[in-house]
Amino acid sequence: MKKLVLSLSVLMFALSVAAQDDLMKELEQSQQSDTDYAFQTFKGTRLVNGHTVETKPKSTLEFIFAHRFGPINGGAYEMFGLDQAYVRYGLDYGITDNLSVSIGRNSVDKTSDGYFKYKVMRQSKGSRNMPFTMVLLGGAAYQFSPKKNAAPDGFENIDRLSYVGQLLIARKITPGLSLQLMPTLVHRNAVTQLIEKNDQLALGVGGRIKVTKSVAFTSEYYYRLDVPENSPYNNTFGIGVDIETGGHVFQLVFTNTRGLTERAFITQTDGDFADGDIHFGFNVTRTFQFGQKK
Amino acid sequence: MIRSVFVLVLGVMGVSAVAQKYSLEKANVSFFSHAAIEDITAENKKVSSIFNSESGEIVYSITINGFQFKKSLMQEHFNEKYMESDKYPKSTFQGKISGFDSNGKGVQQVKAAGKLTIHGVTRDVEIPGTIEKQDNKLVMKSKFMVKLEDYKITIPQLLWQNIAEQVEVTVDFSYKPQ
Repeated sequence: MKKLVLSLSVLMFALSVAAQDDLMKELEQSQQSDTDYAFQTFKGTRLVNGHTVETKPKSTLEFIFAHRFGPINGGAYEMFGLDQAYVRYGLDYGITDNLSVSIGRNSVDKTSDGYFKYKVMRQSKGSRNMPFTMVLLGGAAYQFSPKKNAAPDGFENIDRLSYVGQLLIARKITPGLSLQLMPTLVHRNAVTQLIEKNDQLALGVGGRIKVTKSVAFTSEYYYRLDVPENSPYNNTFGIGVDIETGGHVFQLVFTNTRGLTERAFITQTDGDFADGDIHFGFNVTRTFQFGQKK
Repeated sequence: MIRSVFVLVLGVMGVSAVAQKYSLEKANVSFFSHAAIEDITAENKKVSSIFNSESGEIVYSITINGFQFKKSLMQEHFNEKYMESDKYPKSTFQGKISGFDSNGKGVQQVKAAGKLTIHGVTRDVEIPGTIEKQDNKLVMKSKFMVKLEDYKITIPQLLWQNIAEQVEVTVDFSYKPQ
């Protein structure tokens, strides 16, 4: 009988010890699995010249100042490109967390542009599993160059318009590595028929590798599909460094294009990276928050 | 002899019946960082916890990306740069509360001692707080400082927006019997 009492007391003791260890397990089991969304797939809304899947969160406004110098192979007379400058000023605003709009002005061909970006799906894991983030982008650009009285005969105002439609598909593979695919269609109302097409398809690939928490390398390449044989233009390529400091993102880039609208850099990049037609440039952004997020 | 076994069995059953476990009904964990340029606050309701009022054992778990900031950019930086919530999605505490009398009335001063894990670093801590019994519910409150350095939370050098070296964490738990 004594044995029974003893074994019962041991059992009781064991039970209370087990209870201590199990409280954490019990807690873990009681937790519902949440949906974890991937955040900051890229640091900025632009990769090098083109867009990333990042949109501005609701009620935030981003001012972008982007700048491309002349080609490095311009030599010492051109101060290796630094004597020339092409700029784009732009504003991006988040209407909702998934929809943002953007306007800008690029000095190349005196172009004004506007975009919308809509996040169709967000990469997530947990109770809701999505392998990537997908964004739909639509934009239009109007070039004020050439001046009306300098325009060739038959050149109408409508010929100044071009459009871009883009699907941005990205995956943050690890916290340090993100890749993006950008199937793109650029439509231009007026082209030189012999060497260009009104509808130019391109497939873009890009990515970023984080070096430290605030610094990342980026790269971007757009491959044009079915290019007219005697096209004088090249595919655009760019590499960059992203540096993030609080509300700013600085992107230092090297690319073979001057233009900062899809029409310009996808269909009319005249520089050849391998020949040294490399433009140094930067994108600087400053984010402002309006109101408080809820 | 049979009787004593019977008493013991009854005793065991009695103990397990008294061992009252509580789980969270409502929770709010917030932190406050006071710095020269701006004060930063964030709130989190994605918390789960179990408290055993008999043994005093308590565990809680906070989902790091559940912290809501007033500015979305801050929230991104908090997750991406400071807490690395991809790598360390949760902050947990596992310990024991002493000084709580389950029959006591009013606000009771208590102390929780145990292991606090933040940013993948576990440290032994002692946290003061209060528990108040309201009907069958328990309200637990606590305020304590967390030194970022202790948990290997580093501020990137390029980020010169000032972040305090320690932040004040406020815990506000409301428990109901499980």
